[in-house]
Amino acid sequence: MTVTNGLLSEQLSATTLLRFATAGSVDDGKSTLVGRLLHDSKSVLTDQLEAVERASLGRGQDTPDLALLTDGLRAEREQGITIDVAYRYFATPARRFILADTPGHVQYTRNMVTGASTAELAVVLVDARNGVVEQTRRHAAVAALLRVPHVVLAVNKMDLVEYAEPVFAAIAEEFTAYASQLDVPEITAIPISALAGDNVVEPSSRMDWYGGPTVLEHLETVPVSHDLTGCPGRFPVQYVIRPQTALHPDYRGYAGQIASGALRVGEAVTVLPSGRTSTISGIDVLGRETDIAWAPQSVTVRLDDDLDISRGDLIAPSATAPATTQDVVATVCHVADRPLLVGQRVLLKHTTRTVKAIVKEIPSRLTLDDLSQHPNPGELVANDIGRVVVRTAEPLALDSYEESRRTGSFLLIDPADGTTLAAGMAGESFSAAATAVVDADEGWDF
Amino acid sequence: MTTVVSKDENTGSPYALSHLDALESEAVHIFREVAGEFERPVILFSGGKDSIVMLHLALKAFAPAAVPFSLLHVDTGHNFPEVLEYRDRAVAEHGLRLHVASVQEYIDDGRLRERPDGTRNPLQTVPLTEAIRAHRFDAVFGGGRRDEEKARAKERVFSLRDEFSQWDPRRQRPELWQLYNGRHAPGEHVRVFPLSNWTELDVWQYIAREEIELPGIYFAHERPVFSRAGMWLTAGEWGGPKEDEPVETRLVRYRTVGDMSCTGAVDSDATTLDAVITEIAASRLTERGATRADDKMSEAAMEDRKREGYF
Repeated sequence: MTVTNGLLSEQLSATTLLRFATAGSVDDGKSTLVGRLLHDSKSVLTDQLEAVERASLGRGQDTPDLALLTDGLRAEREQGITIDVAYRYFATPARRFILADTPGHVQYTRNMVTGASTAELAVVLVDARNGVVEQTRRHAAVAALLRVPHVVLAVNKMDLVEYAEPVFAAIAEEFTAYASQLDVPEITAIPISALAGDNVVEPSSRMDWYGGPTVLEHLETVPVSHDLTGCPGRFPVQYVIRPQTALHPDYRGYAGQIASGALRVGEAVTVLPSGRTSTISGIDVLGRETDIAWAPQSVTVRLDDDLDISRGDLIAPSATAPATTQDVVATVCHVADRPLLVGQRVLLKHTTRTVKAIVKEIPSRLTLDDLSQHPNPGELVANDIGRVVVRTAEPLALDSYEESRRTGSFLLIDPADGTTLAAGMAGESFSAAATAVVDADEGWDF
Repeated sequence: MTTVVSKDENTGSPYALSHLDALESEAVHIFREVAGEFERPVILFSGGKDSIVMLHLALKAFAPAAVPFSLLHVDTGHNFPEVLEYRDRAVAEHGLRLHVASVQEYIDDGRLRERPDGTRNPLQTVPLTEAIRAHRFDAVFGGGRRDEEKARAKERVFSLRDEFSQWDPRRQRPELWQLYNGRHAPGEHVRVFPLSNWTELDVWQYIAREEIELPGIYFAHERPVFSRAGMWLTAGEWGGPKEDEPVETRLVRYRTVGDMSCTGAVDSDATTLDAVITEIAASRLTERGATRADDKMSEAAMEDRKREGYF
């Protein structure tokens, strides 16, 4: 979705960006909600709408099926389900949006993890007739696990429960109780009908009892956090720039994107994992010299001393440099079809550094239904979330995911063929996980 | 050496990046990841606005050093002369190396056959994939954006292709955080899309901000055109017009630049960047819907071509 009608370029460039993800079970109407959001915010252009009308008519439907706006693959249209994450772009005068439209099918839970990894807000969709179901809890837990700051519960199909307030109130209460156990920082519940358009973009006249914002209003006004700069400075080195030309015979710059915090010229820094120290002598922001730069700027840093620094090293202000470790304790979401086993040799990719590693332990697997831990499962299979202990061949400067989504996250990769096996979040615990331990292997079906 | 810090209204943070700065920073990060992890990357360069922006970003990403990639142009033989001229000038100016894969050569020696409809866009796939194999490129940058088309909306930033260059949307790697996984087996390669999160309007606003020069056909000019399938095509030696397609001179510009046989011009009086931006912001048609015939062939035209190895 490229443009918004009638907006001047100056207005557009002044707006902020919100990245958000949607999640919902099959047939909860998620594609319809996304279609409605795009359609009613006038982000769907004439030729796209015509294509949808043509296709709907061709299938014998008398109204345009807005889900067809988003289901982009042949197989998705054939089956009427969303298979893979799609990214969509739209804008209103208030804000620009990148939407990760993630599938709700159990089989594709890993895709919700993908969408949530970069999202600042997650919309969890519920069918008002069914209320909070297993998938709803799963989606809430994934949003909490990935530390998505804002969660919206969209109670859909209110038209099918006669727009009754008690139905909405009961679902909102149950969900809020569950999500607050998970430490979800902010929950907003909104009653909607994606099909009829109630409370998606336009306020509903059929739910006078609801005094809150529409989905779009909320998306436009929710605060976007840029407080990465309040965190300690972290600069993973991506690439060493050495022109070796007549004009720049001695230039040696460390290129990378500041992962968190800020860097200043004159600051004492430590290079990890070696622990050598130096001082920042210059910072170039894509060819322009500056004295301070911050996350997520891509910059080139120059140091006073000629140290041996290469891709994979981390530069951090000496005062707040992280510790290094070879024993990574983390929560992982397993995203591959083949299992992850105790004893397995893997590659671990953390920021710009990829190291050999071995899975030492899988202490527990999480049941999202009741947030209990199943001890020593021995392996994790597709879509499992579990605790792991990984020993790396070289030390890593790892933060906890709780403190930094950027420097606390990692991938486990199969060294044989490069398959991404698991998404990792470093740190002691999935904070809200209940301590209850169950013995039986029931309810582990996902 | 002063830093201007602007206060963001929404958050009160003095450190918020503008929308364009955030996109630029992300794209540069992607270029540098590829430079750090691959042996033989190449940038697909057509002389169109997206590839021009890609080259501009690559130049900034590695300044003051040279861009550590060569360029690859898949030349359909039906290119706009202004665009070829721009391409050669850019290559000379920045001391780059250009590889050309020529559809015309493939047709001339019988390896490809001209389609009945005269469209050469789908014919690009074979020369592209063979050039990738011949040069052993392991990462291929494309200017594709997810806002262009719904199959492209499903595309990863790092998109693994098998030894036949095929895209299988069901077997894509999950892409988490900014941790791009570029691992691949010998023979496989990765398509990389640094502009994934940009929209057409972002591209134009960035061109304006960075004062990037473009081929003149992106701005309104008088041009002899004829109408086919609701689009204004440029009359020329490539094969148009047919007898019943009268040529007229109109004030037009191009929103996309591709093969002359399937890229349409739009009526426009936008002769400046500001006018173009205003025009796009008000347009009720998508870029591809307005000007690309190849995407209108079927509901899954783009998906099908991508599966075969198209970018």
